[in-house]
Amino acid sequence: MYPTRFNYESPKSIAEAIALLHQGGGEAKILAGGQSLVPMMRLRFAAPEMIVDINNIPGLDYLTVDADGTIHIGALCRHSDLEKSSLLMAHQPTMAAAAPVIADPIVRNRGTLVGSLCHADPQGDWSSVMMALGGIVVAQGPNGRRSIPAADFVKGPFQNMLAFDEIAIEAIVPAPKGIPNGGYLKLERRVGDFATAGVAVAVESSQGLIIRAGIGLTGVGGSTINATAAAQSLVGAPLTAGSIAHAADLAAQAAQPRSDHRGSASYKRQIVKTFVVRILSGVVESMERAA
Amino acid sequence: MSLDEIKIGGMGASRRRVEDNRFIRGKGNYVDDIVLPGMLHMEILRSPLAHARIKSIDTSKAWAIPGVRLVMTGEMMASRNLAWMPTLSYDTQAVLATDKVRFQGQEVACVIADDPYIAKDACEAIVVDYEPLPVVVNPVQAMAPGAPLIRDDKENQHDNVVFDWEVGDKDGTEKAFAQADVVSKLELHYPRSHPSPLETCGSIADFDRATSKLTVYMTTQAPHIIRAAVAMVAELPEHMIRIVSPDLGGGFGNKVPVYPGYVASILASILLERPVKWIEDKTGNLISTGFGRDVYLRGEMALRKDGKILGVRMHTDSDHGAFFSDAQPSKFKIGLMHSAFACYDIPAAHLTARGLYTNKAPGGVAYRCSFRVTEAMFFQERMVQAAADDLGMDQAEFRRLNFVRDEDFPHRTAFGFLTDSGQYAKCLDVGLEAIGYKDFLKQKEEAKKRGRLLGIGISTMTEPLGAGNSREYDILGIKMFDSAELRVHMSGKAILRTGAKSQGQGHETTWAQIVAHELGIPADDITVEEGDTDTAPFGMGTYASRSTPVAGAAVAMVSRKIRAKARKLAAHLLEVSEEDVEWELGRFYVRSSPDRGVTIQDCANAAYSNMPDGLEPGLENTAYYDPPNLTWPFACYIATVEVDPGTGVWDVLNVVAVDDCGVRINPMIVEGQIMGGLTEAYAMASMQFITFDAEGNCVGSNYMDYLLPTAWETPGFELHEVVTPCPHHPIGAKGIGECATVGGPAAFVNAVMDALKGTGVRNIDMPLLPDRVYEAFTTRRDISGMPPVKTED
Ligand SMILES: Cc1cc2nc3c(=O)[nH]c(=O)nc-3n(C[C@H](O)[C@H](O)[C@H](O)COP(=O)(O)OP(=O)(O)OC[C@H]3O[C@@H](n4cnc5c(N)ncnc54)[C@H](O)[C@@H]3O)c2cc1C
Repeated sequence: MYPTRFNYESPKSIAEAIALLHQGGGEAKILAGGQSLVPMMRLRFAAPEMIVDINNIPGLDYLTVDADGTIHIGALCRHSDLEKSSLLMAHQPTMAAAAPVIADPIVRNRGTLVGSLCHADPQGDWSSVMMALGGIVVAQGPNGRRSIPAADFVKGPFQNMLAFDEIAIEAIVPAPKGIPNGGYLKLERRVGDFATAGVAVAVESSQGLIIRAGIGLTGVGGSTINATAAAQSLVGAPLTAGSIAHAADLAAQAAQPRSDHRGSASYKRQIVKTFVVRILSGVVESMERAA
Repeated sequence: MSLDEIKIGGMGASRRRVEDNRFIRGKGNYVDDIVLPGMLHMEILRSPLAHARIKSIDTSKAWAIPGVRLVMTGEMMASRNLAWMPTLSYDTQAVLATDKVRFQGQEVACVIADDPYIAKDACEAIVVDYEPLPVVVNPVQAMAPGAPLIRDDKENQHDNVVFDWEVGDKDGTEKAFAQADVVSKLELHYPRSHPSPLETCGSIADFDRATSKLTVYMTTQAPHIIRAAVAMVAELPEHMIRIVSPDLGGGFGNKVPVYPGYVASILASILLERPVKWIEDKTGNLISTGFGRDVYLRGEMALRKDGKILGVRMHTDSDHGAFFSDAQPSKFKIGLMHSAFACYDIPAAHLTARGLYTNKAPGGVAYRCSFRVTEAMFFQERMVQAAADDLGMDQAEFRRLNFVRDEDFPHRTAFGFLTDSGQYAKCLDVGLEAIGYKDFLKQKEEAKKRGRLLGIGISTMTEPLGAGNSREYDILGIKMFDSAELRVHMSGKAILRTGAKSQGQGHETTWAQIVAHELGIPADDITVEEGDTDTAPFGMGTYASRSTPVAGAAVAMVSRKIRAKARKLAAHLLEVSEEDVEWELGRFYVRSSPDRGVTIQDCANAAYSNMPDGLEPGLENTAYYDPPNLTWPFACYIATVEVDPGTGVWDVLNVVAVDDCGVRINPMIVEGQIMGGLTEAYAMASMQFITFDAEGNCVGSNYMDYLLPTAWETPGFELHEVVTPCPHHPIGAKGIGECATVGGPAAFVNAVMDALKGTGVRNIDMPLLPDRVYEAFTTRRDISGMPPVKTED
């Protein structure tokens, strides 16, 4: 497995990296964890002329929480940083549930959340998590910074909204207005496998009522699916067996799976339904425990 | 005083593996580690299509790339009469395609260049004009009237049938069925899988014009067979060919066949007079080299009401891919498939087998098994469970009732094998006890009331390991014996060489233990070397669990020859006659005065410095061993599972393995083999298969799509042993390397089927992926892995 010839650049600052991307004119690619880009290059599915390795830019590996609860994930924050973070375990159950089921421990040591969003793989787990959380991607280019909602960031399979000379600097999870709850369930055939189907559910509750909800679906469509109708159906009411079942049905309807060697479309829909029910039932249990 | 055998690392010592020292330090020496001066690199251009006529190949752009030394095509091979090569099963296989391509991934052209990057670039610059042809991806399509003829290169081949073969007693079996109270039927597919050793295949061919000698470093489990094949294909004299198989990163049967890459690198080295290295990439390995399994099996069992099996009928349709290139003993076209049901006392049986060509990579290698035994035992144990269910009998009791009893050995099986030893019922009892059978059945009933699905699966089997004997087993006419050569140095240290070839089994450790057992030379004082045809005695290599049964026996026998000579030296040193000399481990002594003795080391010294008149100097010998029979280990594997009715996901609760492989040389290594085998069994049952879409595209060309289990999801295993020594093996050992891969899958599948008992589901084809289990459970029907595989909704 030998990639095609490419130039390798290792900038020391974001400005330098952006200049290189600009100079590359669309033929340059950022290298973050390399866990998606390098395999694609080895298989010659990707043949960039220039690699801009951002791993030597200081100060991008952060994971911080503001006083109001806003979470910032820097471009070089690895999956394993997220997996081991006590911050997430305490404050962000959907992310805490997703981190340990991404890939395998070795890949998690290098792969990044931001890189995963940029890669826009319909089977990538972080995109649906970020959608469910109403997350934001911060991009920086020659003309400065802009914020792109995670829900709009993915343009299609393996396509994101970045201009060729823009870098995704960080991902942001906005401060919760209620108590955050939720989870992530993934059906995989083996550790390190991409999702046959994955469901991210993030809810915020206040006084027993759901005041915000988001549901993202992994691996059941041409790109990550934002199950807005399902999420919306939960808002303004307490969680009941009935409302959970209804949301699960709506989520299953929102899925657009294809039959393949991982299972039939109807099976994958069924998994979505089962997972929505299981996550939300878990939420009910934890709310009851807290009360 | 006799030596403590365990202390010197003899039989029964769980001696640490000596080879691990270099592997753990990264000091192994694999083919890709070898760098020769002036070495060039070869890459193969493979067909993207499964079946297509080659209209033209334009290599001009490849030749134009700086650093390219040679571009080879089928046409060029044909001009040297090398476009086709013989296979190990009397078929032919294209080295580089001339007329058409017959599977996706087939070798079309090769580039030899200064480095592998240039070679890869140049491969991409070759333009091949293909005319697509209709594709055949399974036996049903292959047999259909008007099916495209895949092997139109062969004279007298007018259909896609490789062979039709049968064995057993047809009339007797018919009579048995006529008397049956109940007839049980089962139909299933053992899916195609790939042995996928971590190290792919590769070679470095080094032809020296000055000496006319060809040296090939290559990934082969059978260096001497390869030397014979190369002599045939390249028309070089055997003494001018040296095959070296260095450290191997796993084999699992994948490294037995002769591959086009080896042949192409040899020709390139001869033409360029420089060493040429070819290292296959992972995708190349997964899509083009020897697959395992891919057999459709159906059969029925004639049963008496009381549970006695009266007869068995079986039919197999095996998918061999485009070339019949797996090594099978030439008498037995579908390998040892007829070893099925060997542990049961069945009066009559009949098997018919049809082999078929398809537009898939050549398959059917003995993937960690003895020639198709895996498929045989899987069918056997699935059939046994189905029959017990049909009779409404307990699955353990049904087995016990039909086992060959301890006092009935030697026993002639319905298909003609001679089994010679075993304690089948005892193994089953140990297993049932360990898993807590009765308790589990109660637990299962309890769980059912709460909507939980628990299941227990049993698999019991004896399998024939260690081909030959030479009367019945040969590859390309070469009989399946093996060999060992032992040279004891003056200091009593020694070097041992055998005709086997370790690829992870630990021969360097265990062979030394056999010598230690026979001679009392500490195992640490013995070097073991294999794999170089210029130094190793002629042998048939390592596969089919044959090393310990055949080469291991040769090690014991050569040690005994050495001991016989050492006895003469001892008599000389002790100044008594040979008859007055007694042996205890490591030492000869005078019978009448046991204090007077000499060690084996003293004898070794005397062999070079103080030999009696008339005795040849030196202490070296060679033994060739032709086993009187196969060895017949027995195994009982039991698994318990829980199925999630919401997703079809099943979790393994417990696995118990009871193995009787006779005398254990190194218990730790035996346990390692069983654990590795059970892992592969779990893999087959749960995830590991390679499938093809309707166009013949291989789904599973990389490790994201072809699923090998990791330590994360592999369940734990509880191991137990029963020891019934092999009556004919010099140290009582039987094969063990493959038992768990062979017998294991049925335990897992039977457990899931048991969990679904009462739903009317009789079979789900492997792998039991969650979607298959869920579909079977919700639709209450069997799930067949039968292609054409579904691709779109
Ligand atoms: C064996 C294996 C199993 C895996 N399993 C899973 C899984 O189960 N679930 C899952 O979600 N993922 C999985 N992955 C993918 C893994 O999570 C990757 O880490 C992730 O998709 C990409 O992150 P990265 O940092 O490695 O990105 P890279 O590979 O470095 O880059 C990926 C792409 O994003 C671009 N990019 C990266 N960072 C930036 C940036 N800051 N700004 C702009 N563009 C950028 C790159 O140019 C490239 O096009 C697996 C990977 C492997 C090798």
